Amino acid sequence: MTATALTRRHLIGTALAAPFVLGRPAAAAAGARVAVVGAGFAGASCARALRRIAPEIAVTLIEPEARIVTCPFSNLVIAGMAEIDSISHGLDGLRAAGIEVIEDRAVGADPAGGAAGGTLALAGGGQVGFDRLVVAPGIDLRFDAIAGYDEAASAIMPHAWKAGAQTLILRDRLEAMPDGGTVAIAVPANPYRCPPGPYERASLIAHYLKTRKPRSKLLVIDGKDSFSKQGLFLDGWAELYGPLVEWIPVSQAGSLLGVDPAKGEIVTEFSRFVADVANIIPPQRAGALAQTLGLAGEGGWCSVDPQSFESLLVPGVHVLGDAIVAGAMPKSGFAASSQGKACAHALAALLGGQAPQAPSFINTCYSLVGPEYGISVADVFRVGGSGKIEAVEGAGGTSPRGAAPEVRRDEARYARGWYASITADIWG
Amino acid sequence: MLGGEAMGAARRGAMFGLVLTSLALPAGAEMARGDKLAGSCAACHGPEGRSPGEIPAIADIAPEEMARLLGAYRSGELEGTVMNRIARGFTDDEIAAIAAHFAALR
Repeated sequence: MTATALTRRHLIGTALAAPFVLGRPAAAAAGARVAVVGAGFAGASCARALRRIAPEIAVTLIEPEARIVTCPFSNLVIAGMAEIDSISHGLDGLRAAGIEVIEDRAVGADPAGGAAGGTLALAGGGQVGFDRLVVAPGIDLRFDAIAGYDEAASAIMPHAWKAGAQTLILRDRLEAMPDGGTVAIAVPANPYRCPPGPYERASLIAHYLKTRKPRSKLLVIDGKDSFSKQGLFLDGWAELYGPLVEWIPVSQAGSLLGVDPAKGEIVTEFSRFVADVANIIPPQRAGALAQTLGLAGEGGWCSVDPQSFESLLVPGVHVLGDAIVAGAMPKSGFAASSQGKACAHALAALLGGQAPQAPSFINTCYSLVGPEYGISVADVFRVGGSGKIEAVEGAGGTSPRGAAPEVRRDEARYARGWYASITADIWG
Repeated sequence: MLGGEAMGAARRGAMFGLVLTSLALPAGAEMARGDKLAGSCAACHGPEGRSPGEIPAIADIAPEEMARLLGAYRSGELEGTVMNRIARGFTDDEIAAIAAHFAALR
């Protein structure tokens, strides 16, 4: 697909008739323009931080959806614990912060590299000029990775790994399932968006089943033999749900070979499962625009400079969030927001003719094992001697095992508090 | 991301009582540094530390008190749910810069 990733001038699509080079030398920050693609956790955080740090820089944010529906907390919607409105955020808060928001899809760009800037082409026909481009496209699901699991299959066996319509499909299928049915979640191998996410989903679906359809069964068919916060999740499942939940590691069932949506069938190397409701989370890669612009490497993810997030393949273009390889940082909303803010600082420096300073990042992933049972993993990150983003030694870690119920209740409250705070910070 | 509770305990190890000498940056650069270090605090504590939800706000804590609290979380003298793990990622110097950042917002 993108064999020419190493060329500095990468002409894309038919939207551009000819390359558009501004020919401007390294601009002082005043009058500089940054275009940001994607109003999710990373892109919106970057755009907002830029307005705050360097108000002389003009920021344009391009996003196809009028409302961002967050993957974080979508598991509550799936389990019938929250409405989808509660996880949906409009873009007017970003406009009020002085960001020009264009509701359209970016389809191509000519980033000429270096300080010369370029032009972004939009599906609606418009163009956006920029001195620096930030691409935060999230992920795409790989519909070529599991036999029988194409995009059409996801209407019957939803992934719900992009929130919105898919979230409601999975919720509705659970609601329609009779008591005594079988739910299966197929979890991919690393790396994927939100390492603990599938297990929080299993937790809250188990809660739904235990309270509403207690004769049912939930199978977690894993492409791995271990997972994020594993001990904590398994302890919590044993305590709250007992034999209702069964985790099946890859060494037991073998890797996932294919599915048959019409039959509800999931076939692995050593086993075959039939589920009334199947949630297939396939392997992933960086979102489509990253592929189109030649930002992604062989594995499908984007490699970037750890201080500035500038693409290692296309100069002048910065990539953020789930789409990137970020050293030890996981693919999470919190990490994406942290990266977005660090990138804003770096852009302000670069556009002001200075080198970016060392960034600092935090990630905290809260997971709800049950409505009143929260757990977390946290880390602080710096750019290490290796030149990669590393977790700070001696810091970070997971919630303690065997903690008192009050601790689990506090972390469940803080999980909700995190969501309120971060969404206010980004889209409020 | 490092996995496993056992690994977390091992990594805590001998957390240093190292105190870095102040970096003597010019005032503007020091404030920018505080801004960068404090950037991710908002994810839990809300924009400018004004938390809209269950997590405590930190917007109106005096800088000496904030530095004391972060140091106490770091040493384990004060028991939190997640703050012990996070505070251990910052030096005295960085804690001071973060506290100054929030003080300047008041």
